[in-house]
Parts: sequence; structure tokens; C-alpha cells
Amino acid sequence: MDDLYREQIIERYKEPHYRGHLDPNDIQFEDDNPLCGDHIEITLRVDKDDKVVEAAFDGHGCAISQSSADLLVESIHGKALDEIKSMNKDAVLDLLGIELGHVRLKCALLSLKVLKAGVYGLGEANDDLVA
Amino acid sequence: MVNQKLVGFEVKRIRADFPILDRETQPGIPVIYLDSTASSQKPIAVIEAMNVFYRRSNANIHRGVHTLAEEATALYEEAREKIAKFINAPAAKQLIYTRNTTESINLVAHTWARANLKSGDMVILTEMEHHSNLVPWQMLKSERGIRLEFITVTEEGLLDLDSYRSLLDQNPKLVSFTHMSNVLGTINPAEEIIRLAHEHGAVTLVDGAQSVPHFGVDVQKLDVDFLAFSAHKMVGPTGIGILYGKQDLLENMPPFLGGGDMIKSVHLQEFVANELPYKFEAGTPAIAEAVGFGAAVDYLTSVGMDAIAAHEHEITEYALERLEEVPGLNVFGPNSQDKGGVAAFTFDDLHPHDIAQILDRDGIAVRAGHHCAQPLHEKFGVRATTRASFYLYNTKEEVDKLIEGLYKVKEVFN
Ligand SMILES: Cc1ncc(COP(=O)(O)O)c(C=O)c1O
Repeated sequence: MDDLYREQIIERYKEPHYRGHLDPNDIQFEDDNPLCGDHIEITLRVDKDDKVVEAAFDGHGCAISQSSADLLVESIHGKALDEIKSMNKDAVLDLLGIELGHVRLKCALLSLKVLKAGVYGLGEANDDLVA
Repeated sequence: MVNQKLVGFEVKRIRADFPILDRETQPGIPVIYLDSTASSQKPIAVIEAMNVFYRRSNANIHRGVHTLAEEATALYEEAREKIAKFINAPAAKQLIYTRNTTESINLVAHTWARANLKSGDMVILTEMEHHSNLVPWQMLKSERGIRLEFITVTEEGLLDLDSYRSLLDQNPKLVSFTHMSNVLGTINPAEEIIRLAHEHGAVTLVDGAQSVPHFGVDVQKLDVDFLAFSAHKMVGPTGIGILYGKQDLLENMPPFLGGGDMIKSVHLQEFVANELPYKFEAGTPAIAEAVGFGAAVDYLTSVGMDAIAAHEHEITEYALERLEEVPGLNVFGPNSQDKGGVAAFTFDDLHPHDIAQILDRDGIAVRAGHHCAQPLHEKFGVRATTRASFYLYNTKEEVDKLIEGLYKVKEVFN
């Protein structure tokens, strides 16, 4: 099997560890990938030092978009919001451990885009967030 | 091995004309191209025609008197004549070169529609339109307040002509519809739709992006007012398409883009528009592409549109049969009787991106997404589909590979 569908990705897709919606939450954001209609929502709870104590994602989409969301959400537990602000696409690619073509990169980076737009408190997500 | 019944031509010989079909996507993995609905591959004849044009005859067209300009102009206009003959247009000047189907439709929306439609006027479209036959009218709706109404699509993926008839009674000004759906494969009864529209005084536009490449389209038999299509879907180059129009309509339309070539004369305060078709061809056009388009039409003619349609029908019928065997797979659209060479499907709850990506490992090129027909997908309650499409160079063996590939997809996600 090739890298793109290695076991971890399929596992996380089929049985994500962090799927859900936190209510109440401190930060919530959602967005689509217009190319394929994939959708990701991320909710966070942060402590008084602005560190993530709990995080979850919800949505639908391909194995790449959903598993990267799950892995990303896992990786930010305990992180300060300022650290999240400085994350870029390499963070997600490191988590996935694979190389991606132009189209699939968008799938993989949707969750980071949503996360950063939420953390920055933006009205709208944009691609510059994951450059 | 599947028994390859030959209909009118030998697929092997056709395939030899398309160099790209020899390539491997990875060592030992030949490409299996099932994405011709998005864009077709090109035969040597087309590639060479453009190559030779650039090597021998390249120059800007019109007004030049030197040998190369003369030659380039002649080739550009010869191509127009060939394409005109291909769709049986009364005259070549009724064919306007555009960039593609999308631009052809936008041309009508910008010129004919702006001159003839006012607030409250009704335009009939269908629920199976490609975005290129939706958005230009939506733009006109927000600018002008025109009214959009839609012929509904039945569960099987056919146009509901009863819904059409009831719309016709409301005095439509334009009926604009796709000849063949790029998702469902449905071949619509264009002649009847056009006849009914004319009986009610409406002008008609046919999106021929998927019909002109795949079966014989005769504009006089259809009696269509406007026909739009793209070269790149009919073994020709990208960057060039056609808007065909009835002469009186075209003559009475204001020009589209302003600039060189589209004028008869220009003064500081005003201009006089050129004659057909140049009135709509501002600036230096895609000259080599026109030459390639001419070669594409020659190629399709030499194979024969009836033979191409028969071959595609056979492949499609076989593909639908084989796809039906796959558990959890659901093909949208009518059965092969009313259907062109398109099979868009869902497969369990697998995401089309994942399906397409895993098929790609075996060199199989299919498309995943809403195929620029989002409202149609919404209608069928799916976000996206995976689409395999077939053209003159596809074989039953390739369909078999697709089916094997789909079983592999299932394995990955077991
Ligand atoms: C039915 C239909 N209409 C219009 C188009 C748009 O064609 P183009 O992108 O060449 O303008 C397509 C191409 O996908 C199509 O399938």
C-alpha cells in the first residue's frame, strides 16, 4: 500500500479519537473546502493561561481531511494559543508523515486553516493561514 | 478476457493515434484515461497540425499581406469552415471562435440577453446544468432582475417535460439547456425541447459541450438558435471553443469585447462594428488552436461520428453492467438507452477523493467532486460523486481494470 493510505490514516479516518463538539467551548470555527464540499468544525476549551485543555473536531470529508483533523486536534492538547498561531503546513504534514499533491494538500490543511482562523478570532478563514 | 466486439473501427488502431495513451503513470502502470468528459486526449494529427503551424505558417491573421499572414489567415478560416461543416451550419460566418463553452454562453448572456431581456423576463434552464450554464444567468438575474425557472430532473435522471410544458405557458424568452449531462450522461431530447420553445416564441441555446464531441449534431435539423461547445473535449486543443448562432440573431446582437478586429472603422468618439463573425472576435485570437480544432474535426470525421457513438454506447453499456455487480455502488442517471459515455457513482460511503486517489495508484484516471453541477448533486442528496467517462479510445479491458480497482478501494477501507 502506498503512503497516502497507510494504516494510521485509515484507522484515524474510521475511528477518530477526537470527533465531537465541545459545548460549552471557548473557541469555535468551521469552514468548507469548496472543491469537494468537505467540512470541518473545531471547538476548543482553553485555561486561564490560554493553553488548550480540550479540543474536538467534527465534519465530513475524505480520509485525508478527517484523519489530519484528528491528528491535529490531538497534537494541540496542552499547547498555548500563541504556539498554535505559529503552526504552518509542515506541522500537519509531519503529523501525516506523507507527501501530498496540490489538490490533496487542500484536504489535509483544511483543519489547520479552521483551527488558526478560530484561534485568531477571524471572521473568515483564508489560505494565507496555512501557507 | 473480454470479447472485444468491434463496432465500425478497431480501437487498437484508434489508440495508436493518441500518444499519451502509451504513457505510464508509474513504471509498469499504463494510464487508463477515464476522464474525457473533463477533457479529451489529442491525436497526433491535432498535435502535429499545431506544431506545423508554428514551424511553417505562424503570423497574426487578417490585414497582413505577407505570405505568412496570408497563410495563417487562410488556415484559421479553413478551420472555421471545417467546424461549420461538422455541425452542418448554413455558413461559416455563423461560427464565432471563443475560448470555450463557458465563454460562448457568457457571450450570449452579455450581448443577446442584455439587448433582449428586461426585469421580470423568464429564462428556462434545467436542474442538470453545468455551472457554466447557470452562473451567467444568475449574474444577469442580479443585474437585471430576470427570472430563472428550471425544468426538473426525475429520479432516473431525465428531464421532466411536463414541468417544461407548464413553464412554457408563462411566456419564456429563452430556453437554455445542456444537450447531454456531464454527470448523469442523460442525452436530452433537444429537437423536441427546441420545437416547443419556438412554438412559444422563445429563443434556444444548447450547451453542446458533451454532445458535439460524442455524436453527430446538426444545427439545422435541431433548428437551434445558439450552440456552444469546446474543442478540448473533442480531441482538439484547449483555449478555443465555438458559439454558433442563427445569422439574424447574431447580426442584431451588440458586440461582446471591444478592440481590434471586431471593428470596421474606429474614430475618437465611436466605432462601427465589423461583420460576422469578426464583430465578436476582438483581439488576436487563438490561431494555432483554431488550426488544431480544424484538425480535430477532420480526425473525428474520418473515424465517423456514428461509429464513435456506437463504440461509446457499447463501452458504456458494458461499464454499467459491470458497475452494477459491485456491491454498494450506485450509478446515477438513466440506463444506457438514454445515456452517453458517463458513469457517475457513489460507492458505499467512501469519499470520491479517496476512491479517485486509490484508483490512481493503478493508473486509472477518474474525476471526483461535483463536476461543476452542484445543484444537481444537491438534488440527489450527495455532495460529490466519482465519475468515469468514456470516449472513442477506451476499451472494455479498461472498464475491467476500473472494476478491479474499485474492489481494491474497498479492501483499503474494508
Ligand atoms: C455540460 C458542460 N457544459 C459546459 C462545460 C464547460 O466547458 P468549458 O470548461 O470548456 O467551458 C462542460 C465541461 O465540463 C460541460 O460538461
